[in-house]
Amino acid sequence: MKRRDFLKSTAVFVSGAAVSMSALEMLDPKEVLAQNPELRWGFLVDTHKCVGCGMCVKACKTENDIPFDANVTRTWVERYVMTREGETFKDSPAGARNGFTSKLIDQNESGMKNVPDKDITQAFFVPKLCNHCELAACVQVCPVGATYGTKDGVVLVDRKWCIGCGYCIMGCPYGVRFFHPVVHTADKCTLCYHRISKGGNTACAQACPFGARKVGNLRDPNDPISKVIMSQRVGVLRPEYGTKPQCYYIGLNEEVH
Amino acid sequence: MVEQAAHLLVHGEIWTLKDLFVLPNEYVYWSIQIVLYPYMTGLVAGAFVLSSLYHVFGVEKLKEIARFALVFSFALLPVAMLPLMLHLQQPFRGIHVMMTPHFTSAISAFGIVFMTYAVIVASEIWFVYRKFIVESIERLENKQRTGLEGLLLLIYKVISLGVRDISPEALQADHKATKILAGIGIPVACFLHGYAGFIFGSVKANALWMTPLMPVIFIMSAVVSGIALCIVCYAIFMWLRRWALPRGKNFFLPDQLAGTMQLTTDDLREMQEHETTMTAKYLRIFMILAITLELLDIIFRGYTAVKSWDILRQVIYEHDFYKIFVLQYGIGNVLPFLMLILPGLTTRRACVASVLVLFGVLMMRWNVVIGGQAFSLTFDGFMEYSLPIIPHSWETFKEGLGGVLLVFAAPFVIFYFLNMIFPAFYNDDEAH
Amino acid sequence: MKNHVWRPLYVVIGLVAFILIFRMFYVPSDFGVQDRGYTFGYHRLSNEQEWKDYPAKYKGSAYCAECHEENSESIAQSGHAIIPCEDCHTAAFNHPDDPEKLTIDRSRGLCLRCHSELYMPSSQRNDLPGIDPQTHNAGIECAECHNPHNPSLEDM
Repeated sequence: MKRRDFLKSTAVFVSGAAVSMSALEMLDPKEVLAQNPELRWGFLVDTHKCVGCGMCVKACKTENDIPFDANVTRTWVERYVMTREGETFKDSPAGARNGFTSKLIDQNESGMKNVPDKDITQAFFVPKLCNHCELAACVQVCPVGATYGTKDGVVLVDRKWCIGCGYCIMGCPYGVRFFHPVVHTADKCTLCYHRISKGGNTACAQACPFGARKVGNLRDPNDPISKVIMSQRVGVLRPEYGTKPQCYYIGLNEEVH
Repeated sequence: MVEQAAHLLVHGEIWTLKDLFVLPNEYVYWSIQIVLYPYMTGLVAGAFVLSSLYHVFGVEKLKEIARFALVFSFALLPVAMLPLMLHLQQPFRGIHVMMTPHFTSAISAFGIVFMTYAVIVASEIWFVYRKFIVESIERLENKQRTGLEGLLLLIYKVISLGVRDISPEALQADHKATKILAGIGIPVACFLHGYAGFIFGSVKANALWMTPLMPVIFIMSAVVSGIALCIVCYAIFMWLRRWALPRGKNFFLPDQLAGTMQLTTDDLREMQEHETTMTAKYLRIFMILAITLELLDIIFRGYTAVKSWDILRQVIYEHDFYKIFVLQYGIGNVLPFLMLILPGLTTRRACVASVLVLFGVLMMRWNVVIGGQAFSLTFDGFMEYSLPIIPHSWETFKEGLGGVLLVFAAPFVIFYFLNMIFPAFYNDDEAH
Repeated sequence: MKNHVWRPLYVVIGLVAFILIFRMFYVPSDFGVQDRGYTFGYHRLSNEQEWKDYPAKYKGSAYCAECHEENSESIAQSGHAIIPCEDCHTAAFNHPDDPEKLTIDRSRGLCLRCHSELYMPSSQRNDLPGIDPQTHNAGIECAECHNPHNPSLEDM
């Protein structure tokens, strides 16, 4: 269903873009995109490429002034370790702001879990961030209109209008929201709106050495991430909530949600 | 856990214990104040429904307690808002709910529903007490006034809204208006509390909360707790009056009324006995409804056993077993129910049962609000809430035991002052 | 019905009028339903610009290369070519004006983010050279032996 919607809107765009692109050749294509009304920001995560270094988390915290030592984060990386017995262990120590440097899996109150290498059948990392849902549950439940979706598909929080009730935090099925420890309002990933709207890259995607994270325009069929989404098997997190997440993942499996 | 500078401490971190896999941003964000919010709102709604049973349906037996319930409901009203204000991270922006309401959110209705309800209760009190207000103005005007009485006179003059007409026709009109307002008040009270249930029931991200039964369950338990609180408070205040009367004191009645109501301690005891046991009957009916719905919810979840049932089962039958089945259902529901259905109900027994019911409903709110946050969104881990007992900061005060005591004490303080203006035990033998 | 019964209603009407008038002054004029409709787009429009104006801290490797040509070229030859400068040299902010000098992260922890050996059979992590931090020259900074811009010891 998602794929079909996407292709439909893309098809409409292609016919129009073919004419207009030639007229704008002299301009920086990224600038064109930033001003393009046919713009819908989306994100693509390749879980095969992620090595769990957590540089994205560090970059995000620096870029967006989320105190590094505070135990909240706009993006984080999860580790999944599956064993021969069919068990799955997951962790994300401090959101992986310092990466994954230990084989021990942090189970919080249950202590550190040691899974011997020989028992591991598969293990991988999954970066998470706000899905900038088309039908965002967090926006729907904000009582004062302090969080909203922009025309180009980014979900933002108005720090001057938020009353700090926490309903959006409860409403988000992905746990991407938190109370900012300094500003004391709800906070979340802005998709580095200040960077992408000036033709730049998000801080997390820029910091990733492996190209596991990419931001792009889902309405542009020539955009690298659009091409992948259209031509490969991708998925989204927890589609059953009907929020239409716009963050696509390569290499998802059942244990990831 | 590493000691952190205060400004780096995240809201919720201090009282949240995580186990197994929990997302980095997940904490028990909605803590004790959000437990108290539906609880207090429920008490308001319940007390009002009780008073309406008399005013609308003419249940004569509840006459005495009805007036008390109405005034007490008004005293509880500002306290229903208090937990929300204490919970907000930006309490001074609370007014935004009225300024730019986003009606797709259940919380946004709060401002409007709450104000509507407040206006209805206030108007009803005005009609019920109008005769008393006018009489008080006349009495105070014709005597040497102390400073306090001067202030009281001013208050009465303002709230009389300039009406001095207490002719039989005028009083008849008052009576009619009271009845209409009480009639409108019942659905509004149910809406006020039903929507508090909707706030939780509509959160699709939360597997425990999301059920269309939630608003109905909340209304039923609201009525239960409101009636129970009225029984307890009414009985206690009557005991105080019985204690005071032979000592020549007049608790809870203005001195000038002392002579007008010729009551003996026996009269008071009879009145107390009659009202509490009669009210307890209604308590039983609503308890059956509340428990039936709650059990239906659990049975349905277990029977349909969708994906989330695995973690919910662990929360309900393992992690929170004691809180749900021992404290909430056992001590808070079954035990008081047995106490209420055994023959020969006395005031004392009705009172103890009501206290247990109040505790049971509080535990129900706790198990819904905290229980709904007891597991991770990923269904792979658990969170435990530890109530901060000793406050180290403003935050641990308001979201800890201190905040609970503050919220519990507030309605009684308000009632004390409100009772000076609208004596809740005043009886003018007017058929209202 | 006697006319006095409407008095509370007048008070209520007055109250509502007061709130509506107060609202006119209190709510910013650009607050309203924007492009995404009432459900998803009800907000203060100027907040979008406020977020667009948020100061960027990371400038990107191309910015670094404008001045530090040699360093850019040296790392480009190595396996570390894929690592953006600012991952180790920290965010540029307004360097070279403010700060004049960047604090380079030379910690062992930084290297271990990729090179602590973990068994991750369905992740690219398995393809990276890894060491056991407990046994591999514990307590010594990696940079004492390995040049971050040319980390392979055979190539040195």
